[in-house]
Amino acid sequence: MTEEQHEIRLHVNGVRYSARVPARRLLSDCLRHDLRLTGTHVGCEHGVCGACTVLVDGQPARSCLMLAVGAARYDITTVEGLAAPDGTPHPVQRAFSECHALQCGFCTPGFLTLVAAYVRDNPDPGEDDAREAVTGNLCRCTGYQNIVAAVLRTAEIVRENGADVPEARRPDERADAADDAQPAASPKEGGRP
Amino acid sequence: MKPPPFAYHAPTDLDEAVGLLAEAGEQGKILAGGQSLIPLLNMRLASPRVVVDINGVAGLDGIGTDSGGVRVGALVRHSQLEADTAAAEAVPLLRQGLRLVAHPVIRNRGTTVGSIAHADPAGEMPAVLALLDGAVEVRGPSGSRTVPAAAFTTGPMETALAPGEIAVAARFPQPAPGTGTAFVEIARRHGDYALCGAAAALTLDADGRVTAARCCLISAAPVPLVVDLTPDLSGTRALPGELDEAAAAAAERTDPEDDIHASAGYRRHLARVLTGRALARAAAASPAATAATAADTGATR
Repeated sequence: MTEEQHEIRLHVNGVRYSARVPARRLLSDCLRHDLRLTGTHVGCEHGVCGACTVLVDGQPARSCLMLAVGAARYDITTVEGLAAPDGTPHPVQRAFSECHALQCGFCTPGFLTLVAAYVRDNPDPGEDDAREAVTGNLCRCTGYQNIVAAVLRTAEIVRENGADVPEARRPDERADAADDAQPAASPKEGGRP
Repeated sequence: MKPPPFAYHAPTDLDEAVGLLAEAGEQGKILAGGQSLIPLLNMRLASPRVVVDINGVAGLDGIGTDSGGVRVGALVRHSQLEADTAAAEAVPLLRQGLRLVAHPVIRNRGTTVGSIAHADPAGEMPAVLALLDGAVEVRGPSGSRTVPAAAFTTGPMETALAPGEIAVAARFPQPAPGTGTAFVEIARRHGDYALCGAAAALTLDADGRVTAARCCLISAAPVPLVVDLTPDLSGTRALPGELDEAAAAAAERTDPEDDIHASAGYRRHLARVLTGRALARAAAASPAATAATAADTGATR
């Protein structure tokens, strides 16, 4: 049986991509396999581990619990989209580095996207708040102490520097402007077997 | 794992969605927030031939609050409802329950009506609807109907929805004046499925005496188990000993199951303890609670 393919256009990190996917392609797999954005990691594939967390219109969501065909209406931000265009790390990336909040790194993209949005919405968290904020994401290496420290440090960096934690991109400023900067992913990358 | 193949439709109009779903019959599934359906697909526990994605359907994302209560459309995310101040003031049990639904990240996508239609015996929002005697607005090929909460959930993951029918909204009535509510649960990890949970609504008169009391238990029976405790508590001052006796009576009505997370006996124990806590908090939250009653019952747990 030949599975029906859908032509989709996705807005990811300010860039417009097109891909050809079956309806059952998860957003997480589409990001990694079709768009080659392998920063998003896939752990459990049923919403428990949080490694695949991305921002959907600025709000954290599990990309393994979304279909790629349904994602075209949103602006997606992956871990690749957190740093500034010149490569300067996002405050959350700097904080994770400074606090040694990762070891193997597998869970890290999920934590980074989650914490970036959390600190944007909660600029002055206490330690208990920080711990609560990350309860939905699993890390098997660190024991979480340094991750909690990094949440607090992220907030501190943002407060000190007034650093620009990316807002949820609004539809009116979404990817269209970037169309010229990077052409849509070549069709051959869509609909891979 | 990955979902099995299915045909995908993304209608923009409710009638079109109903038509597509009716055409698919037993083989059709609605996709709203996807936080329950997509795990089921990924684990191959569900394999619908047709998925009807209603995220593009207009008119389903509204929260309406009036003196009668709160009406929640099928595309309202848990997080959106949790943040809605007017809804929380009209029906405080909404926010009390929503805060226990999975993790915030799941609540960003998951919908309240979807959770009710999913009918997981561990789900918080079916219990909120049941405790408040709410109702589900249903649209199907033969028109609209309203199904009372007590008739909506018919078994574990089973509802009164017929093939081709969509739950388009849930109505949460505002509790009677003088009513306090609370929702408590125990999970291994905050955000996981509750081993057991209890919601309670308790109404006090101006003298601080109970005029009505109900609880609803989750993970304790095949459906949210509503127990009317008014005969047990009517006329009392909702003192701890009185509430504990009523909680024990509620726990006897449960029919929990053994599984790898907890034994049936432990769940029944939790049902008693959690019902007691929920009743105490509900009494303390009642606007009619005297300061003394609130101090007696609210601070002990």
